[in-house]
Formats: sequence, C-alpha cells, structure tokens
Amino acid sequence: MMLITRILVGGILAGMFTVAQAAGLTIEITKGSQTAVPIAIVPFAQQGSIGNVKLSDVISSDLGGSGFFKALPEDDMLTKPSEPERVNFKDWQVLGQDYMAIGQVVGNGGSYNIQFHLFNVHNGQLLMGYRLTAGANELRRAAHHISDLIYEKLTGRKGAFNTRIAYVTSVRRGNGKQFMLQVADADGYNPRTIAESPEPIMAPAWSPDGSKIAYVSFHTKRSEIWVQTLATGQRESVSSYPGINGAPAFSPDGSRLAVTLSKDGSPDVYVLNLGSRSLTRLTSGLSIDTEPTWSPDGSSILFTSDQGGKPQLYLMPASGGKASRVTFQGDYNARGRFSADGRSLAMVTSSGGGYKIAVMDMASRTVNVLTEGNLDESPSFAPNGSMVLFAANRGGRSALSVVSTDGAMQQKLAFESGEVREPAWAP
Amino acid sequence: MRFNKTYLALAMTAILVTTGCSSTEEEGLADSTQGTDASTSGLADGSMSGSQFGSGNGSSFGSGSNLGPEFSDPNNPLSKQVIYFEIDSSQVKQEYVPVVAAHARYLASHPNQHVILSGHADERGSSEYNIALGEQRSKSVERMMRSQGVTASQLEVVSYGEEKPVVSGHDESAWQQNRRVEVGYQ
Repeated sequence: MMLITRILVGGILAGMFTVAQAAGLTIEITKGSQTAVPIAIVPFAQQGSIGNVKLSDVISSDLGGSGFFKALPEDDMLTKPSEPERVNFKDWQVLGQDYMAIGQVVGNGGSYNIQFHLFNVHNGQLLMGYRLTAGANELRRAAHHISDLIYEKLTGRKGAFNTRIAYVTSVRRGNGKQFMLQVADADGYNPRTIAESPEPIMAPAWSPDGSKIAYVSFHTKRSEIWVQTLATGQRESVSSYPGINGAPAFSPDGSRLAVTLSKDGSPDVYVLNLGSRSLTRLTSGLSIDTEPTWSPDGSSILFTSDQGGKPQLYLMPASGGKASRVTFQGDYNARGRFSADGRSLAMVTSSGGGYKIAVMDMASRTVNVLTEGNLDESPSFAPNGSMVLFAANRGGRSALSVVSTDGAMQQKLAFESGEVREPAWAP
Repeated sequence: MRFNKTYLALAMTAILVTTGCSSTEEEGLADSTQGTDASTSGLADGSMSGSQFGSGNGSSFGSGSNLGPEFSDPNNPLSKQVIYFEIDSSQVKQEYVPVVAAHARYLASHPNQHVILSGHADERGSSEYNIALGEQRSKSVERMMRSQGVTASQLEVVSYGEEKPVVSGHDESAWQQNRRVEVGYQ
C-alpha cells in the first residue's frame, strides 16, 4: 500500500501535482525546476492544541514554490525526528537531500512556541537554530517566517513568503457580476475583501509602505480613483475627472500618484500630488499614453504608448521631458513594472500569438519571455525580485500564477469559482 | 557513524551559540509578530468597513422605454445600438457609418435626449490599455455625432475596457462581439 502511494506520488511529480488545498483555492506547481535544491522539512512534533495548520506543509509549499528548492514529500521520509540528537544524516543522504529542517511546536493556550533547526545533510552542520512565538491565528505567518529564514540562509536573498497580494475577483450575480477587491497572503490564503461593487473594480496598486491601496472603481458608473487605508478601511476618491481615471501608481515616497486621465483629450499620464491634489501633465498628443509606473528611485516614469503605432513601453523623467522607447521586440509590449532594485522590468508581450509575461534586464536590455500562456496579464515582482505574479487565463479558467524570474518554475493559484485578475504583490 | 557524532557535537555547540543570541532573534520576531497583529486586525477592520459600494440605480442599457417604434424596427438603423470595431482599432467601420448617422440625426432633432456611449475592448492585452482603447472607440462615435449637430451636453462617454464583455468566450467570435461601443439612450 505504502509502495503504491510512493510510486503514484513519483509519477505525478513528473508532471503536475497539487501541493495544498484550502477553501476555494488550489496551489499547483505547473512547471518544476531541474536544478532545484533538495530539502526535507520534517513534520514538526506537536504538543498541545495546534489546530489544522501543518507548519511543515506550509514551509515545504513555500520553498518548493520558490523554484530554488524541491521539497521532499513526507511519504518518502524514512524517519521523522524532531530533536537534533535524533537526526541520522545518512537517512537523508540516501534520499538525496542537501538540507533538512526539524522542529517542534507547543500550543500554549492561544499562543505557540515554535523551535526549528536547519542542517546541512552532507556534513551534519547545524546552519540555524531558531525559536519564535506566534499568536492565535498566526501559525501560517510563523511558517512563512521560517520559510523566509531558511530561504535567506541558503540563497543569500531575502524571502518573500510573508508578504501579501491584492487582486480583483468577480463572480456572476443575477444578470450581472459582483467585483471584489481582495487582499491575501502571498500564497493565496487568508483572503479578505476590502471593497466590492456590482460595477468593475480595477488596477489595485500598493503604497510603498503597504498601508494603502489605490484602485479604480466604476461604482458611480464612471471611473474614479480611490485610495483606501487597510488598517481603518477608510477610503477617499482622489480623482474623478471627466473621462478615464485610471492606472494609479504610487511614487516611491508615497506622496504622489501617477495616473491616466483623458480629461484633456486622449489618454495621458499625469502626476497627482495627494496632498495638494494638484496635477502635472506628463504626456500629450493624440496617442494612448497609459499604465504609468515609477522607477524605484523615483526619477523616471515608464508608461505604455501607441505613439509608434503599436503599444510599446517608454521611459521619461518624472519631472517631464522627452520620452524614449524602451521595447523594440514584439508587436505589443505593455503594463511594465520594475523590480524593487530597478534592474528588471516585467511586461505583457505579444508577437502576434498569445499575450505572455516577459522580463527585460535593464542593463543589457535583453528580453526573456517567461510564460507560454495565451492571455497572461498584469505582472508584478515579489519584493525580493525572485518571482513574478501575474493573471493567467487558460481554457476559460482564470488563475493567478507565479513564475520565477528565470522562468524555470511556475506555480498556479487557482480559484474555485469566478474570475481573478489584476494581481499586485505588496512591497 | 563517528562522523555523524562529531558533527552532532558541533551541532549542539552551535545550538548553544545560537540559543545564546536567540533573545534578540526572538525579540525581532515578537516585534514582527506584533506588526503582523496590527496589520491583521487592520485588515479585519478593512473588511468590515469594506462594505459594498452603493449599486445605485441599476438602469439597464439601451432600453429607454419612451423611445419610438423606429428603435425596434429591424429595417431602421436606429434599431442597431451597438457598433463593432476591428482589432486594436477605434475607427468606425464603413458599414456602421449609417448607424451612427441615424442616431446623430435622431439626437440632433431631440436636443433633450441624452445617450451614454460606452466603449469596450476584447480581453486581449492589458486592462488599462484596453480602457484607453474603449474610450478612443466611444470618442470616435462621439466625434461623428458632434459633427452631425449633436450637442456635447447630450453625449457622455465612458470606457469599460475589457471589464464588461457581452460574450464570455475566449475566441475570435467572442472577441469581435466584445469590441464595441454601445449607444445607451437615457
């Protein structure tokens, strides 16, 4: 029986496998990396009441989904130690593991004491020993924190597992639809609706400190840009000019929004000062100029323009001036977003076929197409630059997907019903 | 086996070392946990007050009840209240010029009648670019109507981009029905 299970797991691994399932949400690794580092996260020993969060599953899913690691399925483990002195490294060497982690979690009447140890399997070296406490309902966060610690220790880069995403879902309701702006953990868990409307909601954008979200709502039957504070739920309309009020993007200092307005004719990029509400127009002419985003140093604004006939990306000084074209490959390049270090630029690209996600290296200007989708949209980088989140529409099903910036690993967050679009990874 | 024991001993030393400095680590986490707490409860508040935006008057498109019989006569161009477009184009196609002209004539002779020209795009490409494209389509229709004597105050232009498809399929036959401007009599 055990043997059959293992063979099955192995067989599925070669193609596609389900890592975790929560209410309405499925996470699938749809493309695995060949060079991923094998790591075993042994189920943590439990004392007291823990609830239904299994820390080792969350950590395995995080690390496996990053593309850098391949997490050993629990069924393949020969032993499941939880204390350092009980680890026999040979057990893990024969399974081809490079690293392993063990741990314990003690439920303490609403809070949890967690301890874990990370080892190098080849030489038995303890790489990390760590103790932490988590409050009620914070076990998943604690697990993501452990994933971050392990990831940073082994890759030298900061993890992005304890981060959030925003996205818009829509479901059929009566003759129409209901649109919901939601904020969830980066793995899609703990979704919360922060605004809903029977009219479209679009373009959520995070403030640099993650405390606010700007978005477009059509609930007045016209487009308006709103800024909502997450902690209080308080929101205000900051732009309701005639025509388009769209594509908000916070400046790196949080004081301004780059927006698209069409009040003066064709869609153009403006900068809206959130304090004084004054507007500075950046683009003009008959072309469509939209989807502005700031370079991380705040000096430039990148936007989509069809001034050359087809939509392409252009870069201009944030204070105004001449725009220079950035993309030359493909018929269609739009919706650019920089990585936090400004070295990479994610975009939607098309060369006549489908719409895919590509990343440009800003230094060499080389473009790497990361996805094979037909209708991929709305890319945004993880805060550590390792992954790109985007919306994918395949065979009529819409899902959020995450692809590693080298394209080697792809993971999908599929929702049970309705559509999910316009994801934005929090800073 | 001895190999393992040696390293295990090293490991135990290391654990003592890490435990020694783990107080700061723990504090660091406590802080971040607290931060977490704040943001979690903040979100909970957010969702409580993330109440539904007022749906207002759910008036449906193009069904002005006080419009004359010419609007339901299939031989009259006024019965056509949707204008379709080519891919990535906002130019009114020749076959729809008489349709726009008929609506323009009607509006010019009924100066108190208002219409909303809502522009739409198919789902391909980025959403905000499609908002822009939808608006250019509705503005093309608006320009033609204005040039035929319709006043600015009779016309309102709004773009929904790819947000409100009439057909939910993902092929060319669906897309061509979604690239449109709807003439909505108010």
